[in-house]
Amino acid sequence: MGFFTGLFWLAVAIIAAMAAGWVFRQAAIAVSPKGVAKELRTAPLTASFGMLMIILYILAAFFAPVIAPFSETEIVGREYQAWDNVHLLGTDNLGRDMMSRLIYAARNTVGIAFITTALAFLLGSVLGLLAAVVGGWVDQLLSRAVDVLMAIPALIFALLLLTIIGTSVINMILVIALIDSTRVFRLARAVAMNIVVMDYVEAARLRGESLWRLITREILPNAMAPLVAEFGLRFCFVFLTISALSFLGLGIQPPTADWGSMVKDNATLISFGDITPLLPAGAIALLTVSVNFVVDWQLHRASGLKE
Amino acid sequence: MSHIWSMVFQRLALGFLTLFIVSLIIFGATELLPGDFAQEILGQSATPETVAALREKLGLDQPMYIRYFGWLSDILRGDFGESLANGQPVADLIGRRLGNTLSLALYAAAIAVPLSLGLGILAALFRNSFFDRFANASALTSISFPEFFVAYILIFLLAGREGLFPSISSFRTDPSFTEYLHRAFLPALTLTLVVTAHMMRMTRAAIINLLASPYIEMARLKGMKPMRVIVKHALPNALAPIINVVALNLAYLITGVVVVEVVFVYPGLGQLMVDSVAARDMPVVQGVALIFAAAYVLLNLTADVLATLSNPRLVHGR
Repeated sequence: MGFFTGLFWLAVAIIAAMAAGWVFRQAAIAVSPKGVAKELRTAPLTASFGMLMIILYILAAFFAPVIAPFSETEIVGREYQAWDNVHLLGTDNLGRDMMSRLIYAARNTVGIAFITTALAFLLGSVLGLLAAVVGGWVDQLLSRAVDVLMAIPALIFALLLLTIIGTSVINMILVIALIDSTRVFRLARAVAMNIVVMDYVEAARLRGESLWRLITREILPNAMAPLVAEFGLRFCFVFLTISALSFLGLGIQPPTADWGSMVKDNATLISFGDITPLLPAGAIALLTVSVNFVVDWQLHRASGLKE
Repeated sequence: MSHIWSMVFQRLALGFLTLFIVSLIIFGATELLPGDFAQEILGQSATPETVAALREKLGLDQPMYIRYFGWLSDILRGDFGESLANGQPVADLIGRRLGNTLSLALYAAAIAVPLSLGLGILAALFRNSFFDRFANASALTSISFPEFFVAYILIFLLAGREGLFPSISSFRTDPSFTEYLHRAFLPALTLTLVVTAHMMRMTRAAIINLLASPYIEMARLKGMKPMRVIVKHALPNALAPIINVVALNLAYLITGVVVVEVVFVYPGLGQLMVDSVAARDMPVVQGVALIFAAAYVLLNLTADVLATLSNPRLVHGR
């Protein structure tokens, strides 16, 4: 494949993606209630394409058994079969159907990444808000602990902890959630710091509201917008870390279908000019790009940033 | 002038304190093991006597702080202990691979830093043009790509049938310089692609921030050429944030090599670490993690100090 044909197909793909985004935006505006439709009108094509992709991934994850032609782990043919009518994307290194595994992996990889992110958020934002509201030595203790944990590069720290407690899916979820919660803590604390000094919080304190009510009812609603945007970004990082760990053979274990380990298992095909192993990697990239596009739009809208 | 040196000294002291605490964490992490090291090495079936004997041999019967300082002083003398998997000294395992990893990171940085600074300056010059938009979108895209995706695309395009570059960059004997450049080109290019977009975007942002200031407008009203305004007037003041971003990305390179080394079977520290994690070879993982973390902390420290020193308002004082 020459350089220019490659460039040509890239351009075609971009135009097709934008067209899909446009169609999706028109359809979404038509079916959604008035308030939401007004918001959607401001979405750039990149963001609407991102939303469309995210919806497709969620559908694939939920309806994997219905969509996938074969089962996740069953061996249905020879190893490394080429693409044909029965096995649309061929078979993998053990003779399992590639297409079915790709679809099931949406459920496994995305599901695990989502749980991990949610856990990291729960831990990080609760502690971050607590540190901001209580202040004093609680704040000092938590902040310094987070500083120290952040001084070690994330992937290296994850590898170190996984050596100690052993590699399994549960351990990986816990380790990554712990490491990423430090980043969430930083943001949650910084955002809440600006809110706790406001008069209405002072009034709520004087009224004798409990700590829990103060955090959930007074601070959290005003800190929600940046936290939601951060959730999207954090999801991307967690997703990439999990994929990297699975790729290294230290994350999601076989025979569970997972994009990272699928790339690793079938990598030899690439040297023979077969692009099949690139598909799971591409699936990872497409989802992270889509989430980034949507987050970018939301951040832009929330900050009123025009540059 | 003495003011700035005290500032630099403060940063250095803080940096070394961080290093100390990082070493404490890496050492202390092993204390989280459910049993202890001796139990872990010998396995479940060992008798209590053999476990106790090994514990004494490894010094595990001593209190933690004594073991920590023993461990630390050993490491400062270059003794990282012995691998649990094959009994080799960890320092020997690490030695050569450290050089390989550093040269790969250096190779990537030598391409990425000039490239991204140049592109960043161009994007600032032609801001809001098609070039700028394209650069922006590709930056967002490239931070979303897993490293192995980039790596395999490059293998597919450049190493497949045409075979311009080898897809496996392992080497046993010492390669000559040009051979090394050829063999390590694909891993270096992968790392370059991963960091360039971010560095370029930050360079652009740092320069554009300054372009709104009155003294730039003055220079422009004088009739200076746009390129000269940016290079002569904006760039020196944008140096501090740019240095920070470059250092941050170099630090990222140090950890990014882990995945890239595995893809290209490059004999570096990252690969050693991944193998040792799977084998739960604690002394090796500790040693490698310590080196990676130290490099990360030191790079950030260097960036901090350089950014302070490059700030004209701090250097000349009032």
